[in-house]
Amino acid sequence: METKIIYVDNNATTKVAPEVVSAMMPFLHKFYGNPSSMHFFGGEVSRHVERAREQVASLMGCDTSEIVFTSCGTESDNTAIIGTLEALSNNRKHIVTSIVEHPAVKNTMAYLSKKGYRVTELGVDRQGLLDMNALKEAITEETALVSIMYANNETGVIFPMEEIGKIAKEKGAIFHVDAVQAVGKIPLNMQSSTIDLLSFSGHKLHAPKGIGGLYIRKGTRMRPYLIGGHQERGRRGGTEAVPNIVAIGCACELAAKNISEENTQVKAKRDRMENWILQNIPDTILNGHKENRLPNTSNIGFEYIEGEAILLLLSKAGICASSGSACSSGSLEPSHVLRAMQIPFTSIHGSIRFSLSRYTTDEEIDYIIEKLPGIIQKLRTISPFRKGNMPSL
Amino acid sequence: MWDYSEKVMEHFFNPKNMGVLEDANAVGMIGSIVCGDALKLFLKVDENNKILDASFQTFGCGSAIASSSMLTEMVKGKTLDEALSITNEDIAKALGGLPAEKMHCSVMGREALEAAIKTYRGEKVQEKEEDESRLVCRCFGVSENKIRKNIIENRLKTIQDVINYTKAGGGCTSCHTDIQDILNDVWKKDLSQEKEMKPSAEPKEKSIPLTNIQKIMKIQQVIEEDIKPALVVDGGSLELVDVEGNTVKVKMHGACSSCPSSSFTIKTFVQRILKEKVLPELEVVEVK
Repeated sequence: METKIIYVDNNATTKVAPEVVSAMMPFLHKFYGNPSSMHFFGGEVSRHVERAREQVASLMGCDTSEIVFTSCGTESDNTAIIGTLEALSNNRKHIVTSIVEHPAVKNTMAYLSKKGYRVTELGVDRQGLLDMNALKEAITEETALVSIMYANNETGVIFPMEEIGKIAKEKGAIFHVDAVQAVGKIPLNMQSSTIDLLSFSGHKLHAPKGIGGLYIRKGTRMRPYLIGGHQERGRRGGTEAVPNIVAIGCACELAAKNISEENTQVKAKRDRMENWILQNIPDTILNGHKENRLPNTSNIGFEYIEGEAILLLLSKAGICASSGSACSSGSLEPSHVLRAMQIPFTSIHGSIRFSLSRYTTDEEIDYIIEKLPGIIQKLRTISPFRKGNMPSL
Repeated sequence: MWDYSEKVMEHFFNPKNMGVLEDANAVGMIGSIVCGDALKLFLKVDENNKILDASFQTFGCGSAIASSSMLTEMVKGKTLDEALSITNEDIAKALGGLPAEKMHCSVMGREALEAAIKTYRGEKVQEKEEDESRLVCRCFGVSENKIRKNIIENRLKTIQDVINYTKAGGGCTSCHTDIQDILNDVWKKDLSQEKEMKPSAEPKEKSIPLTNIQKIMKIQQVIEEDIKPALVVDGGSLELVDVEGNTVKVKMHGACSSCPSSSFTIKTFVQRILKEKVLPELEVVEVK
């Protein structure tokens, strides 16, 4: 393991904020009571769980009763989609989703289509933007559920939630949003939103792994996905993961406090790095819409070389990023997101995602800028392909 | 993260023989940028068909680059025939093993080597489109021949094995039934071949009865061609005296006539050969 760690893979997971660690520690050391218990020891713990719910609700701009804690983003997505479909009061069997969803949604859709649901997957353009006309056409009075991500994990491209929600509402469809990448980065106000259900995950916003949450608009019918006790108002059985709940509460409070200032800073660093790379390293392409994007994400295609090789050399220099290349994921095809965007074949295998956080420093950006050209140059020397010598296809 | 061996990392971080070999006289290129990996192998071959130098250019992941680097080290100093005996498994072994999903990187090395040597020898290199067999995997352009070859050479048993070694089936998965059919076909054929080895010992004419004269002529022929030459080695010989029904009467000559084990020879050797080659019902007896 390298001693130097330049962590720019925050869309994969984030560092737990020191404030969050401090907040959750007493619930590992001292306050181990069960919030459901009648005694004072459990009651005290219960108050902290509810305090955390307030912190989350405050970031979301919603009522505390609308927040359910889960174990992760995937559980939230599964609960939202399957739980609402099972509680449907109509016979609608059609679902609208996008082609670039996270596997937590994408594979749930595949499961549902086997169960007899008709699933429409909306495509994206070269910039990663949704085809809104197709969306308008796709959502009909037969549509039970519309499930679209807020922001894409690979490119950071943001979809127009309220516009989609308005169309869904007009047709009486439930609107679920996988906002795992958006919460903490994009200000939310659920009260004035058309979103019915919104999934989020703790470890993407500086809380630990193992905690997620689901916003459920008041009045939304839903069967519990985890059947058990009365916890979470009977909407999610299982003893509350108290330390993690306290942690996500603290993390949401931190995010709410600093969201605009942090995003300006993070965006400035991201833009400096991105512009430098695009201007100084030849044959590089930005994947995803330049403006309509999360402030922390940059997905860059390096033509004529392969992503896993880039990652391994970056990793040797202590730089942690990720790639949508086939080889790094263990599948043989590049990521479904980049393929859906029809990224050119010269760069799709060499696409690297850099995702920053509030902890990314200017020195780290300098270090990346210093190391990257040599790495790209080295692999381009090894590659048989370069501009002008591409075989005809 | 992949569990790459130290050897793989060593050859990836510090690849040997990378770049164009200016005075190369044998070049082989395999793969394409669309598929995600490609290898161009350069060899310098002398007049005695010995590989004096080798280099590579690779577009691909860590293990593709490491496999290419290792391959160039392995072929240097070898004759073309010796080099051709290097299998993809040899490349993987030399690297201290490759993750199963990465075995296709070593296959690419072996294929580039074949392509380079074929080009040098003026033989036709089978480009994908020239490969006469049908295209099975459209995502990665893998032909049935390539899949069959890899199934047999690497004893692949499952679709996942085929994906790991050839990439075929690793995309849209629509060819999985085709791949399963090929797997079934290869292994069924192999099993039936094993079976046939034994049954084939039985004469094919079993169902068509021989006439007497055909039977005698066939026995005479087998004695002359298969049995006598073997007995001569031991200084003996044998003569066909008569055939009555399925009883073959023979007389031993030379060393065989006085050999205490001549009846053993007749039963274990002469009778067995005649049963195999003429008729299973035959019985051989010795007449003095």
